[in-house]
Order: sequence, then C-alpha cells, then structure tokens
Amino acid sequence: MNAHQQATGSAYNIDTTKKERQTHTLAVIAENQPGVLARIIGLFAGRGYNIDSLTVSETEHEKHVSRFTIVTTGTPSVIAQIKAQLDRMVPVHSVADLTVEGNFLARELAMVKVQGAGDKRVEALRLADAFRARVVDAATDSFVFELTGKPDKIDQFISLMVPLGLVEVSRTGVAAIARGPGVLKA
Amino acid sequence: MADEEMMTGAEMVLRALADQGVQHVFGYPGGAVLPIYDEFFQQEKVKHILVRHEQGATHMAEGYARSTGKCGVALATSGPGATNCVTGLTDAMLDSIPMVLLTGQVPTHLIGNDAFQECDTVGITRPCTKQNWLVRDVNDLARTIHEAFYVATSGRPGPVVVDIPKDVQFAKGKYTGPKGVTVKSYQPRTAPDAHAIEAAVALIATAKKPVLYTGGGVINSGPEASKLLREFVALSGIPITSTLMGLGAYPASGKEWLGMLGMHGMYEANMAMHDCDVMICVGARFDDRITGRLDAFSPGSKKIHIDIDPSSINKTVRVDIPVVADVGQALAAMLAEWKKRKVKLDETALSAWKRQIDSWRAVDCLKYRASKEVIMPQHAIQRLYDLTKDRDTYITTEVGQHQMWAAQFYRFEEPNRWMTSGGLGTMGYGLPAAVGVQAAHPKSLVIDIAGDASVQMTMQEFSTAIQYRLPIKIFILNNHYMGMVRQWQQLLHGNRLSESYSDSLPDFVKLAEAFGGKGIRCSRVADLDAAIMEMINTPGPVIFDCEVANLANCFPMIPSGKAHNEMLLGADISDEEVGTAIDAKGKQLV
Repeated sequence: MNAHQQATGSAYNIDTTKKERQTHTLAVIAENQPGVLARIIGLFAGRGYNIDSLTVSETEHEKHVSRFTIVTTGTPSVIAQIKAQLDRMVPVHSVADLTVEGNFLARELAMVKVQGAGDKRVEALRLADAFRARVVDAATDSFVFELTGKPDKIDQFISLMVPLGLVEVSRTGVAAIARGPGVLKA
Repeated sequence: MADEEMMTGAEMVLRALADQGVQHVFGYPGGAVLPIYDEFFQQEKVKHILVRHEQGATHMAEGYARSTGKCGVALATSGPGATNCVTGLTDAMLDSIPMVLLTGQVPTHLIGNDAFQECDTVGITRPCTKQNWLVRDVNDLARTIHEAFYVATSGRPGPVVVDIPKDVQFAKGKYTGPKGVTVKSYQPRTAPDAHAIEAAVALIATAKKPVLYTGGGVINSGPEASKLLREFVALSGIPITSTLMGLGAYPASGKEWLGMLGMHGMYEANMAMHDCDVMICVGARFDDRITGRLDAFSPGSKKIHIDIDPSSINKTVRVDIPVVADVGQALAAMLAEWKKRKVKLDETALSAWKRQIDSWRAVDCLKYRASKEVIMPQHAIQRLYDLTKDRDTYITTEVGQHQMWAAQFYRFEEPNRWMTSGGLGTMGYGLPAAVGVQAAHPKSLVIDIAGDASVQMTMQEFSTAIQYRLPIKIFILNNHYMGMVRQWQQLLHGNRLSESYSDSLPDFVKLAEAFGGKGIRCSRVADLDAAIMEMINTPGPVIFDCEVANLANCFPMIPSGKAHNEMLLGADISDEEVGTAIDAKGKQLV
C-alpha cells in the first residue's frame, strides 16, 4: 500500500504483517494487583494485537496470584512478540503458550436463553439433552441452558438454537490447562 | 454526489475541518503528519498557526474555544508531538473545554513495533480525553473526524483525539460529509425533567436565605444561558456567587453579586453559602476548592443541582433536587415555571438575609496594606482593571497568587472574557491561551495576567505571537517567588521556603526585545498608570514586568481542612496566625 506512494525504499514502509495467521492459547500467571489487567489489555490495544478471548481470576488467594487465559490470533512473529512483551511485564510471573507446548484442555461456559412454545420448545430441550446442556431456569415460555465445552461446541449449540427462539447469550470466554502431570509454575 | 468524493486521507482531514467551519488550527509539523501539512500548503480555507511546543497548541485551542464558544483544534505529529499534548488535554478535560486534537501515527503495519516516533497515543490519552480513536481505514477517517467534533461539543464538552497513521493519510478513500453524523451510543440529555423543574421552583419559593452558586457550565452552555441567568436573578432577587470558571456569567457590577466563592473567594460569598437555606447550584460541580471541609459544607441548606453530566450529581455533595439538563434549557424552564406560578419570595426574610450579607460585606475581606513605594500586586490588578474596563478586553491567567488576585480584583461583566486553568491548575496556560484568544479576536485587547514563574513554562509561545502579529500583552506580577508555593510553605511548613524562590530570573524586558516584541518594566507606584497605558497603546506584543511587593500573600483564604465560616482574613494577620492556621489533618490535604 505504501511502497509506491513513497519516494524512498525505506524499511519503514515494508509491511511484514501480511503472513499466515495462527490462533494461540496463552496461560499467564501474574500478580493480582490493581492495574495489572489494564496493563495487559493496554499492551494488546496499544500494539494492535488481537484478543479473541480473555478470562482472568485469582487462582491462589494467599499469594494474590491471578491466572489469565488469552486466546489471540496473529502471524508467528506477532505471536512471539506478544509472548515476549507479556513476559517482560513487571507483575507477570510466567507466560506459557499452551498451543505450542502440546495437548491442552480448553473449556468455556455459556448460558443461553431460548423463548418459545410448542414444538420448538420440545426440540430445544431435546437438542440441549444431546449437548448435555442443563436447564438452569425454566418458565412457561422460556428456558436458560447452561452448557460447558470447547468453544466450537458452544458455537454449534448456539447456531442450532437460533431458529428455535434464541434471544440472549452470555459466555465466559476460554479457560485452559495443559493435559498430563506437568504444572505451570507461578 | 459532493458528499461521496474520492480523495486521500490527508485531503479528507482538511476537507473535514473546512466542513466543520474550522478557521484556525494550532499545530506543529513532523514526520507522521507531513501529508496533512502538504494539504495545508495547498489550500486557504483553514489557517494554520505554527506553535513552538505542542503544549502551547493545546492551550491556544483552549483559549480559542473558551473565548468563542466554538471547538478548538490542534494538530501534532506522532510520539513526542502527541505526548506533549497530554497536559493540555487533561486541562481541557477538567475544565470541560471542547477540543479536537489530530495526531499523526506511524504507518499501521508498524504500530506496536516501537517504530521511530511511535507511542501508544490512544492508550496514553485515554484517561485525559472524553473519547479517542485510532483510524486504521481511510474510509472511516472523515466520519471519525465528524464524530470527534460531535463528541467534543455535545453534552458536557471535552477534548477528543483522532490518531491517524501515515499510510491512512496517503491512502485514497471515500469522503463522507458532516451531515447527519452522530454517535448512537452518545446522546446526552439536554432537556430538563418537568417534575424536577417544578420541584426546584417549589423549593426556591419557600426559601428565606437562598443563594445561587454558578459555574463554568453556564459559560459552556452559551451566551443565552448567561442572559437567562441574569433574568432569573433580576426576577427572583436571589444573591449570586460563582466559581472561578463561571466568572462573567453574571456581571460583577450586578446588584446581587457576591463575588467569587471558594478557597480564595469572598468572605460574604462563603458565609452566604454556609448559612443559606436553599442552594441552587447551576453548572458547577462542588469541587474541593469550593466546598472546603465537606462535613461542614453548608450544613443547613436544601440543595438543587443543575448539571448536564449525571455523574457530577451526588458525587461529593448529596443534593435534594437533581436536574440533569443543559443549563440554558433548565434556566428557561425554571423561568417559565416561576412566571406561571407567579412566585414571590418572602420579602421580609429576603431583606433580612441581604442585611446579613451586607454585614459580612462590611468586613471588606479584600483589604490589604497599601503602599506608596512598592507596588502591591492587588493594586496593580486594580489599576489594570480601571484602565482596561472600558475596552474590548479578554483576560487569561497562569496559575498561582496572581491568578487569584486577578479573579478577586478584575471585575468581569460578560461571559467568555476570562480564560483560566481551574481544575488542573496548569502553570504556563495563560500565555498560549492568550495567543489563541487573540487569533479569534484580532482587534481586541488580550492580556495574560502572569506570574514570574508560570510565564517561563511556555515563554517560547511569545515567538508565535510575534510571527502572527498577535498583539498579546503579558502582564507579569513579578515577586521573584512561586508565590502560592511560598504561601503554603508559610502556612504548612514553618516558613521553610524550599525551592520556591525564583533565582536567576531573566531580564523580561530584554527577553521581550530578543523575541522582537516590546518590554516595559515598572517598579514604582507613581509610574504604574503611565506604564500600563504605554502597554495598551503599543500595537504589538508586550511583556510588562511589574515589580511587585515580594512577600504579599493572597487572602482571604479557607485553610485546608476548614469550613466556609472559618476563613482567614488577610489585612491584619500576624505571622504566627499564618503559621498555625492549618492543623495536622489539614496539612495532608492539597
């Protein structure tokens, strides 16, 4: 876009961002202090990185340590930068790229509200059963289903519910952990 | 379709500014805004004023906005250009000044790479803007700029930033005109709730000791709001005071005028606030400089608060009747309701209240020890006022003692004539603000009342005034101290004057001459009037070095941690009283 508009062939104008993009799931252990979340989000916003999903909660209350699960998309060099940028942050203890390190579990929880009556209502219940979604709230003309699983399973459930009267969705975002005995050190 | 032309991003910037009716842009070029500067070169609709430091550009835009009621516009390059604007943005944020700042950014593919002159402009400016945007696609650019003007000027005004990467400035796209551009998620309420207006008028009708407490919101609402305010005061006979930001909305010569309130406000204004039974707050926000000790703030009153920003209501002071609305619209509705009900306040009670106020006024809280030899700073402002009051005059200030003396002794009759940094207290605001005011009003007399310390913070903008023949007058009350810092050291820190003496001051007369302007020095009372007249009659920019009494302090004052009825009066105060005026708890406050 730029090279032809600029008189010089300066490296300033070479666009290296148009490479193949990959999705990675990162686990980040950080101090639970005020401003840490803002700093991590600010890194993504300021440097133009993508956040597909971000979840955070304190995991070790005595040590005030939080675990972030971040799903991000970018070229291999951008992913490498993201990890390096996260790892050099003062309150960050460690960064693990679960996608690179091998097998991991990724789960998300969704609550899905469906309105309707008659056949559609029966069909919604039947599909919920097939997906092992639980009914956590029921009224004469609505259900709230609770569903846990991989993000694509939740996507699929939601798309099936659309014609059956889906009106509202709330999702937690992904929490992830590596399979096997290995432990991510704080 | 004129509204859907193809052009480059840089062309869009200039076209959008012209379509928004912008006449002046205060800016400084650099690598990431060169395409925009190339467009400036090729057009004549929008005048560019080259500043000497980007902070100056933002304060000029503020002064321009404050004196015209229009949106101020500034332009800076990426990196240091953008970071230099942070003080001005924060200043505009705290004083609710409409400003659009355009910044250049490194090309989109380099964002996040620590490229030359890259900084995370939207990240850095997020807490000091109403809203900001990084434009990644040229087809969004024109619309974003129009949205920026809408956001800056709607509801409670404030500063916004549009960050434009260099490749977006070069790229071609479709231009969208300003017509119909709005922001769906931001539609601030401006019309008052009818029930709230009825309740407010009903409460005022029962008042025996009412007071109007007005602020910068009246100025921001436009000249019509000031007119309505004056009509309301004339109709109701309610005494009126104002914050620093609201001076001029009601004339200082007006019958019901109490003077400014707050930390260095008038004794009668603060006592009236403390003892009133109904307080009508119009476009002010109960700032800590106004309230003093919160738990003793106007303990016996019912309070009405008119504000366009719902988050200002019940923020620090609980109010009985909130009215979320534009000040002008709320005042119009109150006037209509007042006339409909034919409200008449209890005349006996009101005249007793005014007699009480007169007895406070008799204290003469601005009294100071006059001198025949040295110029007292208060006297200098009084003379400046007397010699400029019949002219078309605008006043800006820096921050410190001189600012408070200007607010106390210069009397404002009209809105938009007084530009000062209230919320942020930015030393260095006044000189560039004066340049901005003068750009908007080339034939008027624009005076920056300054201090010797503040003025050095943005001194280089005097060069901008020279370049564009903007004949601003810098009236320095030179006491060789950061006077307000010294005053607080006397109050709080046993008179240990740590680093508050202005050593190695420049020769301001020679400095003015070095820039190509005129310098005037005056150190004797007898010469003052003639020297001020010489300043006024000089056609170009002037620096006036007014050598004043070095150790004068600014009174009256509500010491930190004290209430409105515990003011320190100045005239006959002893050093010991000054040294013990603030207790241990108050010392921790700012």
